[in-house]
Amino acid sequence: MKKFHLFIILVVGVAIFVIASTAGDASVYVSFNEANTMQAQGENESVHVVGQLTRNDQGTIVGINQSDKLSFSFQMVDQQNNVRTVVYNEPMPPDFERSEQVVVIGKMKGEVFLAEKILLKCPSKYEEKEVQA
Amino acid sequence: MNSTLQLLPGQIGHFFVILSFVSALVAVLSYAFAIKADEANQQAWFRFARTSFYLHSISIFGIVVSLFYIIYHHLFEYHYAWSHSSLSLPTHYMISCFWEGQEGSFLLWLFWNALLGLILIRTNKIWEAPVMVVFGLVQVFLASMILGVVIGEGFKIGSSPFILMREAMSNAPVFTSNSNFIPQDGNGLNPLLQNYWMVIHPPTLFLGFATTLIPFAYVISGLYLKKYREWIRPALPWALFSAAVLGLGILMGGYWAYETLNFGGYWNWDPVENAVYVPWLILIAAIHTMIVFRKSETALKAAVILSILVFLLILYSTFLTRSGILGNASVHSFTDLGLSGQLLIYLLVFTIGALFLLIYRWRSLPSTNEEVSTYSREFWIFMGATVLCLSGFQVIAVTSIPVYNSLLEAFGVSSNIAPPADQIAFNNKFQLWFALGVALLSGVGQFFWWQKIDKKVLWNSLSAPFVATMVISAAVIVLAKVGDIKYILLLTASLFTIIANGFILFQIARKSPKLSGGSITHIGIGLVLVGILFSSGYSTVISMNQSGLVYHSQFSEDMNRENILLWYNTPVKMKDYDVTYKGKAIEAAGFPGFIPMSKVSQTPDPFRVIASSDLTYNKKVYFTTGDTLSIDPVNTYYQVSYATNDGKSFDLYPRAQVNPSMGLIASPDIKRKLSHDLYTHVSSIPDPTDQKEWKEKSWDTLSIGDTFFINDYIVIFNGVSRVKEVEGVQLGQQDVAIKALLELVSTGKEELLEPLMIIDEGMIGRFPSTNENLGIKATLEEVIPAEGRFVFSSQHTQKDYIIMKAMEKPAINVLWIGTLVVMIGFGVAIQRRYSEFASMRDKNVE
Repeated sequence: MKKFHLFIILVVGVAIFVIASTAGDASVYVSFNEANTMQAQGENESVHVVGQLTRNDQGTIVGINQSDKLSFSFQMVDQQNNVRTVVYNEPMPPDFERSEQVVVIGKMKGEVFLAEKILLKCPSKYEEKEVQA
Repeated sequence: MNSTLQLLPGQIGHFFVILSFVSALVAVLSYAFAIKADEANQQAWFRFARTSFYLHSISIFGIVVSLFYIIYHHLFEYHYAWSHSSLSLPTHYMISCFWEGQEGSFLLWLFWNALLGLILIRTNKIWEAPVMVVFGLVQVFLASMILGVVIGEGFKIGSSPFILMREAMSNAPVFTSNSNFIPQDGNGLNPLLQNYWMVIHPPTLFLGFATTLIPFAYVISGLYLKKYREWIRPALPWALFSAAVLGLGILMGGYWAYETLNFGGYWNWDPVENAVYVPWLILIAAIHTMIVFRKSETALKAAVILSILVFLLILYSTFLTRSGILGNASVHSFTDLGLSGQLLIYLLVFTIGALFLLIYRWRSLPSTNEEVSTYSREFWIFMGATVLCLSGFQVIAVTSIPVYNSLLEAFGVSSNIAPPADQIAFNNKFQLWFALGVALLSGVGQFFWWQKIDKKVLWNSLSAPFVATMVISAAVIVLAKVGDIKYILLLTASLFTIIANGFILFQIARKSPKLSGGSITHIGIGLVLVGILFSSGYSTVISMNQSGLVYHSQFSEDMNRENILLWYNTPVKMKDYDVTYKGKAIEAAGFPGFIPMSKVSQTPDPFRVIASSDLTYNKKVYFTTGDTLSIDPVNTYYQVSYATNDGKSFDLYPRAQVNPSMGLIASPDIKRKLSHDLYTHVSSIPDPTDQKEWKEKSWDTLSIGDTFFINDYIVIFNGVSRVKEVEGVQLGQQDVAIKALLELVSTGKEELLEPLMIIDEGMIGRFPSTNENLGIKATLEEVIPAEGRFVFSSQHTQKDYIIMKAMEKPAINVLWIGTLVVMIGFGVAIQRRYSEFASMRDKNVE
C-alpha cells in the first residue's frame, strides 16, 4: 500500500496548498477608515467596501461626476456612515443609477477610493415592491 | 381586460401543487413497501406506487399548464405574471418567464425529474423500487419549495407561484383600499432573458441538474441492496448523458454570456457558474472511476463516493445560489425567498442520509490489498479523476468563502473575508495547471486503455504522437507568437491530447467504431482547451483611448483606458480600422436588416413608427414612405462602420436595451472571422431620458441658393415648396403650409433639414426640423415676401455619441468546434453503455 499512501500525501499536499493560497489571496470586507489605515500601513492589497449610494429627494444620486465620459466618480456611504468619493476607470455602468447597494473593490488613494471593479445590487424586479395604481 | 379577479386558474394550480407533494410522498412510501413486501403483495404495491407517481407527474403537468395559462392570458392579479411578464412580451419569451422566477425554476426541475422518473419506471426491472424511492423523496422536497402553505404564525413552507398580488403586497395602499385591484400591465421580463439562448439554456441546464440524480439513485440503491458492482452498469449511460447535457448547458450559458452580456468573455468564475462547473468536474471524475471499477477496488470505492458527491454538490450549489448567502460576493442578484432553511434541510437530509448508508456499508464494500501497477490503465485513469477532483476542490473552496463567514458567525466569531479581488485571475492561475494535468493524462491514459502496455510498448506507441505533437506545437508557437511558458506548456499538452487520441481513433474506428466515444471526447477536450487558451489568454482590447484626453488626476499613469469615444459620423483610427459611428438603428417586423432611426418618425405608440423615406434592403423595396412599421422599442442598435486600408468595410450593430425598470443594458455585436472574432459593445451612451440643452439661437436671413453655417456644418438653402399634408395637423381650406429645403453638405452623406411653417389666417405655426445625430435644429421663423427672403433660426446641442469597447478574440471557433466534438463523443459512448445495460436487463440479470 506504499504507493497509495504516497498518493494520499500528494493529494492532501495539493489541497493544503490550495487552501493556503485561497486564504492568502482572499480579500476582506472593510470600511473606508480601515481601508485608509491599511493603505497607510503600506498594504497594497485590494479590499471590498460595501456601501450605499446617496439620493436626494427627487431620487437622483448625489455626487456623480462623469465629465469626460470615459470614467466617472461618485459618493458612497459605507456601513459606518463615512462618505468617500469613489473613482472608477470605466464608463458609468448602464444600470448604475438604478442601484442602491454597491460593493466596490479596489484601494484607497489619499481620501479617494480607486475602484477596480464595482458590483451593483440593483433592486431587481424580483424585489420590486411598488405597484402603481 | 377583464376587471374581475380570475381566481380559478390559481386555485387549480395550487391544488395540483399540493397533489404533487402528497402523491410524491405516497409514491416514496409505497415503493419502500414494495421493496420489503413478500412476493404475494409485491405486485400490488408496485401497481399502487406507479399509479401514485403517474398521478404526481400529471399534477406537475397541471401546475405547468395553470401557470402558463396565467402568464399567457396576462392575469396580472397574480404576482408571478405581474413580476415576470407584460402585455407586450412576445409569446415565445413567455416560456422564459418560467425560469426568471425561483418558483418557476423549481417547477422546471420538478418537471424534468418527473419525466426522468417515468422513463426509469419503463426501463428498469429490479432497480425500479429503490431508485424511485430516492426520486420520489427528491420530488417531495422540490414540491415543498413551491407549496406555499403557512402553518401557524408566519411559519411558511415554500413559495407558491400562484399567490395573488394582494397577498404578495398586502401592505400596498392600492390593495388596502381596493382588494380587487388588478394592475394594468406587468413588470416585464428581464431584457437580458429576451434572447433565444435564454429560451433553451435553462431547460438544458436543469435537465443536467435533474439527471445527476440518476447515478445517485442507483448508487444508493446499490448500497442498500448490497449490489456493490451491479449498480454501475445502469448508472453509467445516465452519468454520461448527464455529463453531456450539463456540459452543453454550461457552454450554452457561456455562449449566451459571450453574445448577450458585455463583460467580454464567456466565463467569469462567478459563483453561479462555479456552482455548475464543480459538480460537472466531479461527475466526469465519477464516470472515469465507473469505467475502471472492474479491475480496481479503489476505483469502485471512488465511484461510489464520487457518484454520491455529484448530487450533493448540486444540492450545495442550489443552496449557495438560492439562499442569498452569496449576497455581496456576486454580480448576480439573488433573492432570498425565505427558503434558506428549507434548502438547508433538503441538503442536510440527503447528505446525512447518504453518508450514514455509506458508513454502514463501508466494511462490506469489496476490498483488496493488491497494489495497482503504474503501467495499468486503472492507475492512469485514477490519476485523471484525482486531478479533476482537485480542480473542482479549488474552485469550490474559493466560491464558498461567504459560507465560511456565515458559519463562523453562527459560532459567534466575526469574520470579514471576501473573495479574492480578482476572481478571474485567481481561478485561472490554478485551473491552468489542472487543465495541463487533464490534457496530459487524457492523452497518455487513452494509450493505456487500449493497449496492454509495459515499459517498452509504451515508448514505442507514444513516440509517433509525441514527435508529431512537438513538430505541430513548435509551428503553432512560432506562428501564433505564444511567448508565455505556461501557455506553451498547456498548448503542447492540449495538442498532444488531440494528436494522441487522433492516433487511437484512427486505429479503433476501423475495427469497432462503437468504441470510439472516448477518443472522440478527448479530442474535443483538447480542442476546447486550445480554444480557451487563445481566446482568453490572447484576447486583446483594440479600442485603446488614444485621443490624448486629460486623464483623471487621481489615476496612476499605467491605467490605460480601454474604451473609445465615437462622435457621430467622425472617423476614429482603431488598430487596422477606421471606425465611424453612423447613428442609431432599429429592427422592424418584415424588414430583413437594420433601419436607421433617421429614416423613420416616431408615433405616440412606442411599438409603431412611420417610414419617412423608402426602406430598401439589397435593392428590394420593403416599405415606402408613410408605411407604418411595428418595432420592439426595447432594442436600439448602434451602427458602427469599420473600414480597412484595402477599401473593404463592414458594419456592426451592438445593441443597448432601454428598459424603464433596469436602465440601460448593452449587448455586443460580433464580427466572426475564421481566425478570430472582433467583439464590440457599447459601454455608454447619452442618457435617453435626459433633456437636451440647446444652445442660443443664431439668426440668418437668406435668399434661395444662399449658404450658411449651423454649428460647424455648411448648409445650402435650396428653396421652399408648398406641402398639402402635414402629419398630425388638420389643414383648413385657407391654410398654407410651406417647407424649406436645407441641405447639409459637409457631413459625407445626403442629409436634409426641412422646417415647416403653417400660415392660418394670420396665425403662424412653426415646426422646427431636428437632426438628432448631429445635434442641430433649424426653424423657419419668418417669410419676407417683398424681398423674397426667409428668416431662419438655428440651434445646436451636443452631437450624438457612443463610448465603445472592442476586443479581438483569436481561435474562439476552435472552442465551439471542440464543444461539438465532445458532444459527439458523449453520444457514441452513451449508445454503447446503454446497449450493454439493455442486453443484461433483457437477460433478466438486472
